[in-house]
Amino acid sequence: MIQLDDIDKNILNLIQLDFPLDVHPFEKMSFQLGISEEELLERMDRLKEEGAVRRIGPVINTKRVGGISTLVALKAPGSKIDEIAELINQHQEVSHNYLRQADYNIWFTVSAANKERLEQIINDLQEETGCPLIDLPTKRLFKIGVKFDVK
Amino acid sequence: MSNDNVVMDEADTRLLKLTQDGIPFVHSPFAMISEELGMTEEEVVHRIEQLQKNGFIRRFGASIGHRAIGITANAMCTWNVPDERVEEVGAVMAGFTEVTHCYERPRYPDWPYNLFTMVHSYTRKDCEYVAQEISRATGITDYKLLYSVREFKKTGVRL
Repeated sequence: MIQLDDIDKNILNLIQLDFPLDVHPFEKMSFQLGISEEELLERMDRLKEEGAVRRIGPVINTKRVGGISTLVALKAPGSKIDEIAELINQHQEVSHNYLRQADYNIWFTVSAANKERLEQIINDLQEETGCPLIDLPTKRLFKIGVKFDVK
Repeated sequence: MSNDNVVMDEADTRLLKLTQDGIPFVHSPFAMISEELGMTEEEVVHRIEQLQKNGFIRRFGASIGHRAIGITANAMCTWNVPDERVEEVGAVMAGFTEVTHCYERPRYPDWPYNLFTMVHSYTRKDCEYVAQEISRATGITDYKLLYSVREFKKTGVRL
């Protein structure tokens, strides 16, 4: 785990929801943070290197760009977990994939351009893995606002 | 408000493809993209604002490696909520700051849980505490905390 000082924490809290849309966003941010742009860029590089920042970019709204996504839970036998996770990961349309402690132990999200393609991927995965799975598409969305409060 | 009739043009799609892996951390991070798209950096920034305004992107900002900074407890709490209470209970759950996502999803014969909340925190104890608070606030007592034990993959949604 990386060591963060107060400035790092302020940076991490700022770049999630309040990254300035500007031709020179880091310069603008550096004014807000009270440090030089040079120092900010050095800190950004370090935060990236150490895994605290994955990327700064667009968070795409799949549904709005015409796509469709779902959450799938799958029951993999303990001895085959790695192999099955790898089979799932090989699909480019899989964006998140986690091992969880439960009967349904592998949980992943799939996004595709349309419903037919999504069903195709789920059918393929059922065949490839031979494991029981349930398809859990969103029926209603109450909140999606990932912001990690860095303390 | 987002306007659902607006569609993305080809330049928008290219702009998203050029930025979805992340912009460089430099003084002018949109310079190369503006050259590729044959427009000014101001236009690139304006287009991003429009993409956000029209709902094609939820935001333009950082994805955090929450594990690297110690937010390692990540619980998917699943709740068995009577169908007629979903609207009300979902709204209460979404109001908790520790809850980053809240969705209603279908039930199955061996899966009775229809509301899903993601809770991220520093320790499992924190997650358990949040779940107890949610249970107290909503009166829903049939729930499960599914901790992630490993991350096999995490990329953003890509075009």
